[in-house]
Amino acid sequence: MPHTELPTPSVNPAPPTDPVCGTCALNHASQLLSLGVDVSGHDHVVALAGNPNTGKSTVFNALTGLRQHVGNWPGKTVIGAEGGFGYRDRRYKLVDLPGTYSLLSTSEDEDVARDFLVFGRPDVTVVVVDATRLQRNLNLVLQILQITDRVVLALNLVDEARRHGLSVDERHLARELGVPVVPMAARSRQGVPDLLETVERVALGTIATRARPVHHGDVRTERAVSELAHRIQREYPELTNTRWIALRLLEGDPGIERAVTDGTLGRLAAPAASTESFTDRSGKTHS
Amino acid sequence: MNQPSIIDEATRLRGQLPDGFRDGIVESLHNDAARIAETSVTEHGEGGRPTLDRLLDGALTHRVWGFAVMGLLFFAVFWFTISGAAGPSGLLSRLLVDYGHGQLHALVAPLHAPQWVTGLLLDGVYLSTAWVVAVMLPPMAIFFPLFTLLEDFGYLPRVAFNLDRLFAKAGAHGKQSLSMMMGYGCNAAGVTATRIIDSRRERLIAIVTNNFSICNGRWPTLILMGTIFIGALAPPALAGVVAAASVVTVAFLGVLVTLLVSWGLSRTVLRGHSSTYSLELPPYRPPKVWRTLYTSLIDRTLKVLRRAVVMAAPAGALVWTISNVTVADASIAAHLVNALDPLGWLLGLNGVILLAYLVAIPANEIIIPTILMLTLTLGPNLFGAQQGVMLELGTAQTHTVLVQAGGWTLLTAVNLMLFSLLHNPCSTTILTIWSETRSLKWTAVATLLPIALGFLVTGTTATVARLAGWA
Repeated sequence: MPHTELPTPSVNPAPPTDPVCGTCALNHASQLLSLGVDVSGHDHVVALAGNPNTGKSTVFNALTGLRQHVGNWPGKTVIGAEGGFGYRDRRYKLVDLPGTYSLLSTSEDEDVARDFLVFGRPDVTVVVVDATRLQRNLNLVLQILQITDRVVLALNLVDEARRHGLSVDERHLARELGVPVVPMAARSRQGVPDLLETVERVALGTIATRARPVHHGDVRTERAVSELAHRIQREYPELTNTRWIALRLLEGDPGIERAVTDGTLGRLAAPAASTESFTDRSGKTHS
Repeated sequence: MNQPSIIDEATRLRGQLPDGFRDGIVESLHNDAARIAETSVTEHGEGGRPTLDRLLDGALTHRVWGFAVMGLLFFAVFWFTISGAAGPSGLLSRLLVDYGHGQLHALVAPLHAPQWVTGLLLDGVYLSTAWVVAVMLPPMAIFFPLFTLLEDFGYLPRVAFNLDRLFAKAGAHGKQSLSMMMGYGCNAAGVTATRIIDSRRERLIAIVTNNFSICNGRWPTLILMGTIFIGALAPPALAGVVAAASVVTVAFLGVLVTLLVSWGLSRTVLRGHSSTYSLELPPYRPPKVWRTLYTSLIDRTLKVLRRAVVMAAPAGALVWTISNVTVADASIAAHLVNALDPLGWLLGLNGVILLAYLVAIPANEIIIPTILMLTLTLGPNLFGAQQGVMLELGTAQTHTVLVQAGGWTLLTAVNLMLFSLLHNPCSTTILTIWSETRSLKWTAVATLLPIALGFLVTGTTATVARLAGWA
């Protein structure tokens, strides 16, 4: 990818700080068309990821108009809900992934989230993070950025952070991560218009995102990762996240090993690979 | 194929890495995250969580006070539910059952439909459905919004925090308290929620014990029994309080059984270490009251009610049919009840209740209507009811029917409450357990263990009560 365009700060204007703007009918959020469970004929697939209890379900409801139950406790969503929304002339399918702290371990909710990001290959992944607990949330963000860089960071709960005397420099954050950052207070629908706009731009490629790779302090690990990544790159030139796959294989991740041996990875690398439906992967949907 | 060679290559490279390289990978991630967070966040003022949050947490997660507040809050929720629902329930019952049923009969009378058609549809399907609506809608419409408000406020993780120590002592995963909370809404959802538990051992414990969280479908049975049998023992002014206390007692008994069974499983067939984990206490958030009321009414109350109605209609038809089809001088229902009666007696219950639990395997919501219908049909015909017809009943009349026609005593009511806590999961939950565990053995254990416990507990109370001369 040519890095001609600076990632976020130049293209993503400062959000309206006046809460009235975000809810005003003249705002371009009025171009949001909530489609509820209707995901037919979508142009793009958007995944919603994030730590537990950061407001993913609230964002999901704000976009789809659905009323998926929102609870103020971690572990509320374990099954991905799907919904649809339209913005401008495009239709989007939105998949709410289970909230997880990492993509490293082996619990089933983490697997569901990771598998969808790797094999479902969403066009855009919105990572909802809690502005009051940025450091812990960034652990997940960095892991997701290793899998895909078509990411929009929804910096949620900025109102709560402000109440706690915290302010987050979202421009700096965007520069550090190489992906756009949208400050939000999803509970009062602030930031939804900007999120929509940014998601559209990332989906269309008008914002070139460029995730900063995580470098490993240990020289030997770094060398092994690079070597294996090159090996994978030679075999599957279409893959973009070879470093991450290399890392997982070095750790002996059974799910990824299986994907290599049974050819799933090869299919992913094929340019015309179709996006697998989330419901198909998890085997069932749940109301 | 050259694909396996990537794996071989990975294995070779891994061999060259130092032992702790995995920790190194996680560490570099954390270091990066820490650095970025540090440079992006500015703290002004004193920082940290506001003092009100800390103060509340001090009380709500206190070793002693935490439990006291928990008991008090749940008690208050049930008291509001029980005392608030009585009026609207009576009104709905008069409207839908007394008036509606009569009007419908009058309406179809000119059609001269065969008697079995009106019986099946009006006396079976309509009445059982109307009964479910009248009995379930008001308490659910009060209970769910209250519970959701607590949840929205951020109280549930504090409950989980309080119970965490107990679960750890029982050899289970602390997150089990969260899936248990989900179970209070619906056990099938609770079983699915156990996915947050990493270790299979601890997840199985959580799945097997989830049924001891009283679900939506069982609250009405408890609330009704608590109201008409136990609350009625107290002077009228205290009746609501006593009824609420009895329901809370059964719910807490459920927690106790959960802990005991978890302990038993983790000491025997599911031995192993408890995992450590960190439970995040989210900040308290002022609940959005109107939105909560609206969504909990639409999403929870009506959803539960729809399920109840959908289940009640065919169950009503089934009960009407088995009560009206006669084989060898008695209805099928009578044969079944007679066959189940000895076991029922042993458990301090009766054949009607056991038959109702068989009919209600698809949904616990219909236990009470089924019991009433069967009691009226099979008991001495005191009320001039036709076969399989549910009579127009208010709460007070329900008591009369059960005592006079069914021969119920206080022991029957108490044991029904216990049995409602301890019996097999509904069919939806059983299917969910199967799809989550993919193990016939664990599905069977999760299904049969609660009912075995139910037999044991009700059998013991019945024996003790009889020996002591209370019943």
